[in-house]
Amino acid sequence: MSTHDTGHGHDHTVFQDDIKEPQENWEFLEIAIRELLIEKNVLSAREIQDEIEAWEKKNPEKGAEIIAKAWIDNQFKQRLLADGNKAVSELGFTVETLKLVALENTDQLHHMVVCTLCSCYPRMLLGVPPLWYKSREYRSRTVKEPRAVLREFGTFIPESTEIRVVDSTADCRYLVIPKRPLNTEEMSEPELVKLITRDSMIGTAEALNQHGERPK
Amino acid sequence: MENRLISDIGGLPGGPINREEHEPTMTERRIDAMMILLRAKPRSFWASDENRRTIESLEPTTYAESAYYEKWVLAMKSLLLEKGILTETELNTKLSEVRSRESVVER
Repeated sequence: MSTHDTGHGHDHTVFQDDIKEPQENWEFLEIAIRELLIEKNVLSAREIQDEIEAWEKKNPEKGAEIIAKAWIDNQFKQRLLADGNKAVSELGFTVETLKLVALENTDQLHHMVVCTLCSCYPRMLLGVPPLWYKSREYRSRTVKEPRAVLREFGTFIPESTEIRVVDSTADCRYLVIPKRPLNTEEMSEPELVKLITRDSMIGTAEALNQHGERPK
Repeated sequence: MENRLISDIGGLPGGPINREEHEPTMTERRIDAMMILLRAKPRSFWASDENRRTIESLEPTTYAESAYYEKWVLAMKSLLLEKGILTETELNTKLSEVRSRESVVER
C-alpha cells in the first residue's frame, strides 16, 4: 500500500516511499517494527520523522566550529583539553551521558580515532559516521598499522611524529584537534571552519591548508 | 584460535578500506531514528550497552554477513521482544502482512 493522501498530520503519510522497494528481509523487518510501534502508540510517525530531521542537522560543521575556536583562543583550547563536555557546552553543544575527550595533534604527536568493537563516534558533533569508520577493515587494521591506513587516506605523517590511536567506547568519544595550518593567522573564524574537515577531526587526515587544499 | 567475541576485531589483518561515501537510505535513517527514540529519555527502554550486547550476540555468520543497519534492526527486534514491548506473534503476523502487501506493489 503506497497511497499518498495529501492531508497533513496523518501518521501514514509522513514518510516518502523509498526510492527502491524493500527487497531484503531486514527492510521488511524495519517496516513491520515501525508500523507495530506506531499502532501500539509506543512511537509516533511524527517523532520518527523529527528525529531523522534532527539527525540531518548534525554534521561535521559543529565539530569544526569547536576546533576553529580552539585554534583562535588558546584558553578555550586548554579548557577543551581539560574537560571536553564542559568546554563544548560554552558553545551551546550538549554532550550527554558520554565523556568527550579532545586530543591535540602537534608536530610530535598525531592522534587517530577508531572504534574497534563497533562504531562509537561523536555523532553530536560530527554527524553520522562514514561507512568506512564502521567497516571491518578500518576497525581491525587501524590499531595495528595506522601509518598504512593513513597512507590509504592519502595522509602522510612524518616518521618523526608519533602516531597514537585511541579506541572509542560506548561511554567515551574522542574529538581530534588537527594542527592549525601555517599562514592562517589572518583568517577569520568562519574561514578557518572551512579548513576543518570531518576526517581531520577523526585523525585520518590533516586540516586543509590555507588555500583550502589537502596538504601534500 | 583465539577466544574472541565476534565484534573483537582490533588488530586482525584486513584488506583495503573502502572509503566511498554513502548517503544513508530512508530505511537506514528510520532504523537509526527509532533506535535513538527507544533508548533515549523519556522511554529509556534499554541502555546503549544492551544494544551492543544484542549485536554481539548475533550468530557469527549473521554478524559477518549483515549490513550495518541490518545488525541494528536485528538488535532492535531482540530488545523489543526481550523487554516485552512487542511479542513474537505480533511481529510475525505483521511481517507476513507487510510482505504480501509489498509483493503486490512489485507486480
